[in-house]
Amino acid sequence: MLILTCPCCGVTAEETEFHAGGEAHLKRFGPGSSEDEFHDYLFARENPKGVHFERWRHANGCGKWFLAARDTVTLEVYGTYPAQTHEPPQDIKDRISARHPGWTWREFA
Amino acid sequence: MKRYSAFAIAREALRNHTGWERAWASPEPRKKYQAIIIGAGGHGLATAYYLGKNHGIRDVAILEKGWLGGGNTGRNTTIIRSNYLQDPSAAIYEKARSLYETISQDLNYNVMFSPRGVMMLAQTQHEVRGYERTAHANALQGVTTEFISPARVKELVPIINLDGPRYPVLGALWQARAGTARHDAVAWGYARACSDMGMHVIQKCEVTGIRQEGGRVTGVDTTRGAIDCDKLGIVVAGHSGDVARMAGFRLPIESVPLQALVSEPIKPCMDVVVMANTVHGYMSQSDKGEMVIGGGTDGHNNYTQRGSFHHIEETVRALIETFPMVSRLKMLRQWGGIVDVTGDRSPILSKTPVENIYINCGWGTGGFKAIPGSGWGFAELMAKDHAPLCEAFGLERFREGRFIDESVAAGVAH
Repeated sequence: MLILTCPCCGVTAEETEFHAGGEAHLKRFGPGSSEDEFHDYLFARENPKGVHFERWRHANGCGKWFLAARDTVTLEVYGTYPAQTHEPPQDIKDRISARHPGWTWREFA
Repeated sequence: MKRYSAFAIAREALRNHTGWERAWASPEPRKKYQAIIIGAGGHGLATAYYLGKNHGIRDVAILEKGWLGGGNTGRNTTIIRSNYLQDPSAAIYEKARSLYETISQDLNYNVMFSPRGVMMLAQTQHEVRGYERTAHANALQGVTTEFISPARVKELVPIINLDGPRYPVLGALWQARAGTARHDAVAWGYARACSDMGMHVIQKCEVTGIRQEGGRVTGVDTTRGAIDCDKLGIVVAGHSGDVARMAGFRLPIESVPLQALVSEPIKPCMDVVVMANTVHGYMSQSDKGEMVIGGGTDGHNNYTQRGSFHHIEETVRALIETFPMVSRLKMLRQWGGIVDVTGDRSPILSKTPVENIYINCGWGTGGFKAIPGSGWGFAELMAKDHAPLCEAFGLERFREGRFIDESVAAGVAH
């Protein structure tokens, strides 16, 4: 069972208190972008076997969105952090590097 | 290959079953094949079978990282139906359902197809309207379905509780010619037939890289060495994202576990398949007497093959509302399969950005029912570069906004 800590209100709870919101750090493309950029923004997903950055909402709590770094194979949560960031904080990246040396993610938006 | 028959059973009974041969060979991989298919699940094996049978391409290897049919082919709830809303879906699923009717004879392997009928309960007015619409669409597509009354539901499923504490049963979409089949046997039957045609089914052979030259694939690296090929088919369900990354492109897919569970075996009590999508649970009874129960998918993508615990409670709660008698049943096993879900809940059978790589994925929560149709269409796509069954299911449909929206039919339960 997945246990997450909401960085907004500090509550630690299991997954039924939260709602998953899909891949995080998507770079938004709108009018004026190329077809490829718009397609990738809307549809193409990393869907990795391993480290995944994703959005969550504390639906049955404070109601705020936040981001999490999680392993899709072991379900280990490397950490949660506020949604108002363009990339994960260094301590979370370090924790991931300790577990998965050489891990990669597409460019953080 | 020795054919299976009543005569063969009698013959072997008289000589202590010493004459049965292995159903398929386990050869060492060759250096090169005309076509390689990654993934020896139902869809991959069916593709290989129809490549050989319909298109004469028999220099084929099917590479499997685990064991044959050990992924979603062995993890689903074995339901076969074709009552979809959109025309392209109805075409491919109905092709599959109709092939299931004769597949045991074609393969000389009993897949135990049991056209016992599938009903999808309508438990809200919205669902009633939705299923009436589907029944009309099916009539135009030549798929025989009907919308039946609650009284008829009770007649077909005496153990059902029509009143429901939350949602009364207002009717159901009934497809009498839908049913179930023995899922492992589908993989085994196709594997035996492929092996008989001289194809190589290579187990415990994981693809670790895809080699390309000038925008064309030249071969794959595997845990059993490099193998060259002229054409490559990727048929790996939940792991499509991972294999596509090796080939250098991304997919509009996310992988989540879908759960199922079975109860202890009991005497026959229900001879149809019932799906209750509003309360979210579905159930049928296997030939062994176990109640086979399908549950939900996780909200967050992962590869755990077990799924989140709370979905079991949701599923079981829904089934106890619908079938009060199951409340005393013990559950024997629970498991998950990694399903590859697309945005419009329809599969992808397509050419890819790499010229001679083809991909068959995105079947999401409902791939088993489609195995023969998917193999039929995808084999034609691989052999001829175009196939009527696959035309609407191309990767480019996302870019072009031509979705095949089956989220009503396929998004909840299978």
